[in-house]
Amino acid sequence: MTTRTRVPAVEGWFTLDDDDPALLGTRCTTCGTVFFPREERSCRNPECDGTELEEVRLSRRGTVWSYTNACYAPPPPYVAPDPFEPFTLAAVELADEQLVVLGQLVDGVGVEHLSVGTEVELVLDTLFEDDEKETLVWKWKPVGA
Amino acid sequence: MEVEAGGRMSVGEVAVLGVGMHPWGKWGRNFVEYGVHAAQAALADAGLRWTDVQLVSGADTIRNGYPGFVAGASIASALGFSGARVSSAYAACASGATAMDVARAQILAGIVDVALVVGADTTPKGFFAPVGGDRPDDPDWLRFRVLGATNPAYFALYARRRMDVFGATDADFAKVKVKNAQHGLHNPNARYRKEVTEEEVLGSPMVADPLRLLEICATSDGGAAVVLASMDYARRHGMTDPVRVAAISTVTPRFPNTVIEMPNFATDSAVATAVPPVAFRDSIAAAAYEQAGVGPDDVDVAEVYDLSSALELDWYENIGLCKEGEAERLLHDGDTTIGGRVPVNPSGGLSCFGEAIPAQAIAQVCELVWQLQGRAEGRQVEGARLGITANQGLFGHGSSVIVKR
Repeated sequence: MTTRTRVPAVEGWFTLDDDDPALLGTRCTTCGTVFFPREERSCRNPECDGTELEEVRLSRRGTVWSYTNACYAPPPPYVAPDPFEPFTLAAVELADEQLVVLGQLVDGVGVEHLSVGTEVELVLDTLFEDDEKETLVWKWKPVGA
Repeated sequence: MEVEAGGRMSVGEVAVLGVGMHPWGKWGRNFVEYGVHAAQAALADAGLRWTDVQLVSGADTIRNGYPGFVAGASIASALGFSGARVSSAYAACASGATAMDVARAQILAGIVDVALVVGADTTPKGFFAPVGGDRPDDPDWLRFRVLGATNPAYFALYARRRMDVFGATDADFAKVKVKNAQHGLHNPNARYRKEVTEEEVLGSPMVADPLRLLEICATSDGGAAVVLASMDYARRHGMTDPVRVAAISTVTPRFPNTVIEMPNFATDSAVATAVPPVAFRDSIAAAAYEQAGVGPDDVDVAEVYDLSSALELDWYENIGLCKEGEAERLLHDGDTTIGGRVPVNPSGGLSCFGEAIPAQAIAQVCELVWQLQGRAEGRQVEGARLGITANQGLFGHGSSVIVKR
């Protein structure tokens, strides 16, 4: 039996902790604005001169701001399975950070299972895989599903 | 600059001497060919020779290699280099308006008297994909790689939000498509000239729920051009009452922008800063109104960026034709149909054209000029004196142009 390596779809954007996965953003130490994807250079709040940003774990739970699905395979660089299986996408509002972040839904969750306001939580899941490597990404899963 | 009554800063106006287009379609020929065709049509419309042009301001295409990044020069070269000044600009869907803004600025600064603005594109089939190569630091590449988030996915998020917040229905969205298909029926430059029924729209395949194939704009080949000049030059040229460009807005969003925008993974965070009172899409038109010293009540006709059927409804609100949540009523009352109070997309819009990115914002202006001159055969908005365009693209780009008689 071979062990495949697990790699994140993007380095540093989320933890690889299966039990307590989280998106990793940054926070300006001057004004407190949170950035995802992580901002490293300087604060993008135009009223703030902050240049120090610290890593921060984003809330794992949020509510759906809006949602849709992909009925046809997106073009490369998306790695689509063959045959293609439609997937669902949601924009999720995180209350503490006051931002909205996109993500796919886990398999089996269709648009018919969602509405604006549905509570979802973040999980780690496979984006694509081959014999050697499993590429991981964050996905949303309705709470209690 | 002069200060008008009410304290509004007003920017000087420039005259539109001529407009021209290459019809929209899908032929896969070199984009320069479409640009040259449109430029020659606009010059003929203006009664000018190519050698009269003092500035060529091109709108770039990013899908046609190096010649596309220097579109102004590529098209000028094909017309025969004449020693004119040249500029090439890229601003996503607002590229054409940015190219117009360059021309206007040089005319108002007295650097040139007459300028040719031109944009043209040749597009691949299917979904717009990011430019090739592995580029993990480019959000436009990453959103395809990590999320599989195509352009229609973003349009669909707005559409679904509209349904949940304002109670819009599939039938409302389909009615926008039916209206625009009727509008574009007799437009010789439109790619799709076919009436469709609500049933046909709702029976077309779902692409990104709730948007169906007939509700999402295609990618097209095409070209559009306008000839702009100083008011003095227009008078010397014998035009006493030309259509004038009263405003060009190309504002960026204000932080924090709390609407998810292509190609982003997330919105800005509002945790430390108050959300601006005017959201980005509203601010694009607001800046144009302010510059022209007019308001939404003055608008007789509008060309807005209907990347999807549902998005056209958002634009009614964004350009101030009605309050938030009232767009469906405007549509149902026939206000935005030709013959109604303020027709929207009399050209047929992106629905009948598909998108030829660098040409599209210029094409919107071409249509309004024809409307204001009473030359929009088969789709004329009677008595139109003032028109507004609006569009939005990736990376904080958007534009709005106001033209008037």
